[in-house]
Amino acid sequence: MDVNGNNREAKDFPGKIHETPGGGIVLSKLDDVINWARSNSLWPLTFATSCCGIEMMSVASAKYDFSRFGFEVARATPRQADVIIIAGTIVNKMAPVLRRLYDQMADPKYVIAMGACAISGGPFFYNTYSVVKGADHVIPVDVYIPGCPPRPEALLHALITLQGKIKAGLTREQIKEDSFLNP
Amino acid sequence: MTNEDLKNKFTELLPAISFEEGGEWLNLFVSPEEFKFFAGKLRETPGLDFDYLFCLTNVDWKTHFTMVYHFTSTIHRHNIVVKVKLDRSNPEIETVSDIWRTAEMLEREVYDLFGVKFLHHPDLRRLIMPDDWEGWPLRKDYEDPVNMIRL
Repeated sequence: MDVNGNNREAKDFPGKIHETPGGGIVLSKLDDVINWARSNSLWPLTFATSCCGIEMMSVASAKYDFSRFGFEVARATPRQADVIIIAGTIVNKMAPVLRRLYDQMADPKYVIAMGACAISGGPFFYNTYSVVKGADHVIPVDVYIPGCPPRPEALLHALITLQGKIKAGLTREQIKEDSFLNP
Repeated sequence: MTNEDLKNKFTELLPAISFEEGGEWLNLFVSPEEFKFFAGKLRETPGLDFDYLFCLTNVDWKTHFTMVYHFTSTIHRHNIVVKVKLDRSNPEIETVSDIWRTAEMLEREVYDLFGVKFLHHPDLRRLIMPDDWEGWPLRKDYEDPVNMIRL
């Protein structure tokens, strides 16, 4: 019930409002509330290794603006970031750096592989001595976006998909935690 | 200087030189033995004053290598491309890093990826690849059975 006396339920909020005279009680699972809160404030790491990075910057800027969905501020340190968007080719020399960045991120952490290079080594550089054939050889990936580079809308879609995954408790982190707590 | 003036000047310096025109820039073919002498003249000779080496690379033609040097003069604004054929089995050429300092890094890169030995280079080490890397990845016959499939 809001100030005008209208029934109001947040569309995305997990749980129900149990009406009582003079107010209401929210019924929900704590895990769901935490997931809901986390999914709406995901800070990406400033990390880009090639042209997909330019596309990512354009999604961050005013025209597409991923902060509308809670990807508020890009953090320049992995210790303050929740999600790493792998935007670009990962070469063998970069792989240990990527691994270290991922390890330095605080739990819970999520990974988006953006573009053909991050998924599989890329359409151009696949058959070379220097390229890692997919970033998931180095760190676990939650969401893949195909494209070379993907459209900004595709990145937004991936970000929203990640939010949905977190809300449903289906990211790798959450499944790992679950299986650890309830073997 | 126009291309004609440049050609006359080069022939004067080096009778054995040959030219190729039609592209964006005048191309010069020089033998590896005469290259160092010629490079020194390019920089020193008044009127030529090629004071800027803006690109240094190598091409693997399978039968031989071709070193490609792009020069420009910031004073006269004329450009040339100098090409030097090298023996593919033992690619060696004198360094020009004492004439154009920028060549120090550029030559290290070419050494790293093609294995061209630059004689009298002050610090000829690998630049991009790891120090313990074996082989020269930009050669046409380079094979890496772990990371590459043969096409």
